Amino acid sequence: MNLTKTLMTSTALTLAAGMSFADGHMANELTIISWGGAYSNSQQKAYHAPYSAETGVKIINDESSAEAVSKLRAMNEAGNVTWDLVDVEAADAIRLCDEGLAIEIDADEMLAAGADGSSASDDFGDSLISDCFIPQIVFSTTVGYRTDMVGDTPPTSICAIFDTDAYPGKRALNKRPIGNVEWALLCDGVAKDEIYDVLATPEGQERALAKLDTIKSDVIWWSAGADTPQLLADGEIVMGSTYNGRLFSLIAEQNQPVGMLWDAQMLDFDGWIIPKGLPEDRLARVMDYVKFATDTQRLADQAAYISYGPARASSAPLVGKHAELGIDMAPHMPTDPANAQNVFVTNYEFWADYRDDMDAKFQAWLVK
Amino acid sequence: MALSALNSDSNFTNFDQADGETMSDAQTAQTASSAAAARIADAAHTGPMLAADGTPLKKSLNRALRVQKMRALALIAPLLIFVLVTFIAPIADMLFRSVENDIVSETLPRTTTMLSGWGEKGTDIPGEPVFEALYQDMFVAQEAKLHTRLGSRLNYELTGASSLFRKSGRKVQDMGEVYQDQFEDLDGFWKKGENWNSFMASDAWLAAMDGWKKANGPQPRFELRDGIAQTLPATADIYVKYADFIQNVDKANLSKKDPWALVYSSLYRDLSGENGLSSYTGPAAAELAAAATAASTFETVNYTDAFKKIDRDWHKLDIWQTIKVYSPKFTSGYFLNAIDMQKSVDGAEMRPENEQIYGLLFWRTMVMSLTITLSCILLGYPVAWILANLPARTANLLLILVLLPFWTSLLVRTSAWKVMLQQQGVINDTLVWLGIVATDDRLALINNSTGTVIAMTHILLPFMILPMYSVMQTIQPTYLRAAKSLGATNWTAFWRVYFPQSMPGIGAGSILVFILAIGYYITPAIVGGTEGTFISNRIAYHISSSLNWGLGAALGAILLAAVLLLYYAYDKIVGIDNVKLG
Repeated sequence: MNLTKTLMTSTALTLAAGMSFADGHMANELTIISWGGAYSNSQQKAYHAPYSAETGVKIINDESSAEAVSKLRAMNEAGNVTWDLVDVEAADAIRLCDEGLAIEIDADEMLAAGADGSSASDDFGDSLISDCFIPQIVFSTTVGYRTDMVGDTPPTSICAIFDTDAYPGKRALNKRPIGNVEWALLCDGVAKDEIYDVLATPEGQERALAKLDTIKSDVIWWSAGADTPQLLADGEIVMGSTYNGRLFSLIAEQNQPVGMLWDAQMLDFDGWIIPKGLPEDRLARVMDYVKFATDTQRLADQAAYISYGPARASSAPLVGKHAELGIDMAPHMPTDPANAQNVFVTNYEFWADYRDDMDAKFQAWLVK
Repeated sequence: MALSALNSDSNFTNFDQADGETMSDAQTAQTASSAAAARIADAAHTGPMLAADGTPLKKSLNRALRVQKMRALALIAPLLIFVLVTFIAPIADMLFRSVENDIVSETLPRTTTMLSGWGEKGTDIPGEPVFEALYQDMFVAQEAKLHTRLGSRLNYELTGASSLFRKSGRKVQDMGEVYQDQFEDLDGFWKKGENWNSFMASDAWLAAMDGWKKANGPQPRFELRDGIAQTLPATADIYVKYADFIQNVDKANLSKKDPWALVYSSLYRDLSGENGLSSYTGPAAAELAAAATAASTFETVNYTDAFKKIDRDWHKLDIWQTIKVYSPKFTSGYFLNAIDMQKSVDGAEMRPENEQIYGLLFWRTMVMSLTITLSCILLGYPVAWILANLPARTANLLLILVLLPFWTSLLVRTSAWKVMLQQQGVINDTLVWLGIVATDDRLALINNSTGTVIAMTHILLPFMILPMYSVMQTIQPTYLRAAKSLGATNWTAFWRVYFPQSMPGIGAGSILVFILAIGYYITPAIVGGTEGTFISNRIAYHISSSLNWGLGAALGAILLAAVLLLYYAYDKIVGIDNVKLG
């Protein structure tokens, strides 16, 4: 045990060394971790800038969300948490919460009530998927296609992915099972509300992989969110799955000949977690920021910069126009009623259990 | 060299035998002359050879050498310490995780102890005592929020453990409330934490807590009252845990907190079972005696049923088998997983075919790395040769061209290859324009192993060219001329004279490229598709995404062992002395 401790401390020290040099932690700073790119930019404009203007707190943006889970664990073991607030996907929030790396949240006590008078927990509703998760946006993984490569009958159903006769050509799919196996079962004739029951059985998992096997040679597997938009822009693929915000920017901002589906899109959440182990003064500062940045108006403001929907129900009516293009953003939100007609809600509980098992099977299938 | 070694060996044969000890090669040379003298001296008198100051010569020589060694060590100490702290220790720690498994027995200490008596190969789930132990462990674990961590750990072995533990943790709090309510209904005395402290804690601690305020500094550490551990063994055991948690984890004032439901159920256990109450005369003796009388009529909890009510999975064999198999502090489970096997109650067995992946990936990583190394040799050798044979000015200019991609970001270079190689990319467009391939039959150069080999060969090429170049520079051009003047053809002169002399460069370059190649994961992930996935991609996945650091560490350890083995084989076959890095 002693040996473990010594070894662990030295590792942790080394790992944390790089971060702690830049640490310092002035009395008036917040280190916020996010995904970078257009997304961080939208947070900067909707949350950080107004908060800094109001309170004088300096906000340091760090774009490390992709490796947040492992880095948080390393910092926790080192006993030196240098991050104040971390933007993560819902699934990662569950993992961090289970590992005891994030603090638990009491939404009604710690977050602002809705502008329409509803309590925070009612306002956030189903998006509070974990005890540690402070929801921010709703996004969805959906399919975009080249309008010039699909002929006269553009796809209307998610099952176009599996229809290589009607839509020949390569398609891009995420290089992990989540999302793909649900679509595979859906297009193999399983009813939407039975999909997770079927997926919980070995036969159901086999069935999903067998369906994916029918298009295996036509698939380019992506691992970064920017891959599919690039492949679509280059004409490398006829269709591919990606986040709806990426498709919006491809279509509306870059005017590419691309269309997108709002059919069985995988609805997902992204939000904040507060690392465990913050000293009291920093924790108080973070709580103050979070309360500000997740109120009704701030969440609605973010939608002016990126086409992800606010996680609060009370923010939806306040969503306005795109900050530069001036187009109405509401119809581009995953939460818009017209878009959400046939939405597929990811079952986080299921994936927390089956992620390791399903991933092993998926990867084994992939490399064969 | 060989001849002289042979000579000194034969010189020493007598001496070694006479002295009954062997000498290392290094010492052999140094002591050659003194050894001869020693033999003469040996013949003259039987005692050991002495130095001028009277100490034995061997001792004095050793001392002189030791001082030299210490001085050398002191000189390299800063680097040595730096390497140890920043390099060896983290690696050792990471590798250690591949066998470390104390999370199970630390989170469920009572359960794992009780389980040792359970036959995991039978068909019966464990009995009530194990479920009661599980209740106690889970209660303590959920207070400390450790149960979900264990759930994620066990979920690597048994799908569903994660939600089972999360769910049970939430509900286990209510399980003991039956007892808490009955004690509290019996007498208001049991509601208050301070009343509990009055008989559980020592007088000294109670006195110290009396005047304590947060401003006074740390809370006095809880002490059990003398003899209470004999009177109420189970309660005392839990109460210590409880007090420790409140004081050190919760950082709350112990005298103002009311005990966990678990404390009440432990007290019931003591009161209804064996205890030392009959001879107890301390504080709260009357209340305890009254409670002991009442306890016989208390409503009880059957923990086996209570857990079944939370989730039927607790009545299945596999969760208990998994806990039992992973009870020990160290496990071979991660290593077994890393070679497509699994640990079960019957020992190690192969995983089902549709989950086997690592063997294939290890094999693929080796083959691909060798292919990349070979193509680096083929492409790099002529370049290095030209560089070495050009005038210095031109050579330096070309060298910059070789190094230029080296100074560009890895991601940029890899992404550039994407643009070049994809089906609508530069190379395919050119080939179609030239009419070499049809437009609907473009070459698949990326998202497969071809793409990986091309991109990685390009990225690793400088590591091959530089050592080759530095070795080739030292080869005298006169040797080639001499060979030709003796009648060798161009090929013979190259193959018999030039090539063997350039071997150290090839060796060094190959080792560098090969070792770098097997550890790469960014490039294969971007351009490799499914065929180009390396074992390091899976290691990266387990470290950064699934958080299964144990499995990642085991895969890393196997990879490290494989490299060391190859290095050893290289040393045996080619000889590591035959490598020149510059």
